[in-house]
Amino acid sequence: MTTPRARAEGAPGRPLAEVAPARPALIDGWIVAAAVAVIAAYVRAIWFTPPEATQGLAQKIYYLHLPAALNAYLAFGVVFVTSIVYLWLRDDRADRVAEASAEVGLLFTTVVLTTGPIWGKPIWGTWWTWDARLTLTLFLWFIYAGYIVLRGAIIEPALRARYSAVLGILGALLIPFIHMSVYLFRTLHPMPIVLKPSAPSLPPEMLHTLLFSFAAFVLVYLALVRARYRLGLERVRLAELEASLEGGR
Amino acid sequence: MSDVTLAVGAPARQDEAPILPGLLRASWLVARKDLAIEFRTRTAFFSAIVFALLGLTIFYFAWDPTAVPAIDLASGVLWVIFTFSGLLGLQRSFGVEQADRAMDALLAAPVEREAIYLGKAAANFLFVVGVQLVAIPAVALFYNVPLGNIWLSLAGIAVLAALGIVAVGTLFSAMAVNTRLAELLLPMLSLPFFVPVVMAAAQTTSRLLAGRPEAEAWPWLRILLGFDLVFVVACAIAFPYTLDE
Repeated sequence: MTTPRARAEGAPGRPLAEVAPARPALIDGWIVAAAVAVIAAYVRAIWFTPPEATQGLAQKIYYLHLPAALNAYLAFGVVFVTSIVYLWLRDDRADRVAEASAEVGLLFTTVVLTTGPIWGKPIWGTWWTWDARLTLTLFLWFIYAGYIVLRGAIIEPALRARYSAVLGILGALLIPFIHMSVYLFRTLHPMPIVLKPSAPSLPPEMLHTLLFSFAAFVLVYLALVRARYRLGLERVRLAELEASLEGGR
Repeated sequence: MSDVTLAVGAPARQDEAPILPGLLRASWLVARKDLAIEFRTRTAFFSAIVFALLGLTIFYFAWDPTAVPAIDLASGVLWVIFTFSGLLGLQRSFGVEQADRAMDALLAAPVEREAIYLGKAAANFLFVVGVQLVAIPAVALFYNVPLGNIWLSLAGIAVLAALGIVAVGTLFSAMAVNTRLAELLLPMLSLPFFVPVVMAAAQTTSRLLAGRPEAEAWPWLRILLGFDLVFVVACAIAFPYTLDE
């Protein structure tokens, strides 16, 4: 049930601080690598990829928007899986990964919801429209914002882990229903025809830039989740140190 | 059923065979307990009804009646009011168990934890349906809606929508009372989950009111039925995880 490491991290009477002393790192190599990858992806997207014929430069945001959206889905998928793992194995690490992934996912969703309107204004002529995909993304944002508020509202770690795991699972079950509803809503209420790219048949230069950018964002996701996971771990250590001080050790 | 004693977990009389299987029987006991509390105090029910009527009134004045006919608003107003007044009842569902740590007694009772959830949900369901029994005729009255030949279909939608809302809301009520934000958290967690329910109910109702063919309402009803099925089961399974272990 508990791996040796989980036992070392969570065993009562054996403070974490002694088991694995925190090593303060000034520079997080993962973050640096992710930043370099994103910059490289952008240099490539802006200077070495041909502009789109009708949208011109506005289309460049695509290399930021789509990878962020896909990684947001990845992040929430990870929340779903780690939530199940937590309820099943009660491993604190699964809870910390879920916590980190939800926050990073919310960040990516915010990026999607910000870059979308910036592109939508020149291309669609409006900042926002209740298109199915936009609505779904907005609700994703609401669900996981609720998830993070819930985490912040519970002090007791085990209770927090259980509650957020329940919400992480139910939230994922909700997504298909919102998906069906918003698509049905749109198809029954036809809107003014909006310019939407049909099935992506990208020229190879653009596709390669997109894949490059996607890979860079996966790296950003991993680096941020890793950093957030470590922060969560440090908080547990801090709480244990404070508890041991109060205990007069 | 009427001779079941009110006390939760009281042993059934030996000389009679239980009418219902164990889980449903225990759930009914929990539901009866909650309904008895509500019936004797009547605080939440009356405030929910007054809230619903107030909401109907406020909504009416939030639109320009010369621009939007009242009947076009009716369906949306009805389901928004339904959602918010339902939250009032849900808030109370586990709130009442906090006084004197009554929840501990409930957990100590020899009933399955699923029975606590199902019983609470059943009581909430009756609460929400009770509010609807007042709110739907009130909408018909205030917004001049002819319910004549659609009232049966509307009642069916109301039951399905209440089921979905109560399934999720009961679970989140149990969670929200144990957090620092309590009252704030329940709407924040629940409302995204109510979206498919409210959309489906409102879209179906407005089609019924407009006299559109039934086929247009079916896709929405399927979403509503699917939601009820998935979330009644998922929340009943998830509920034990929200209790103290």
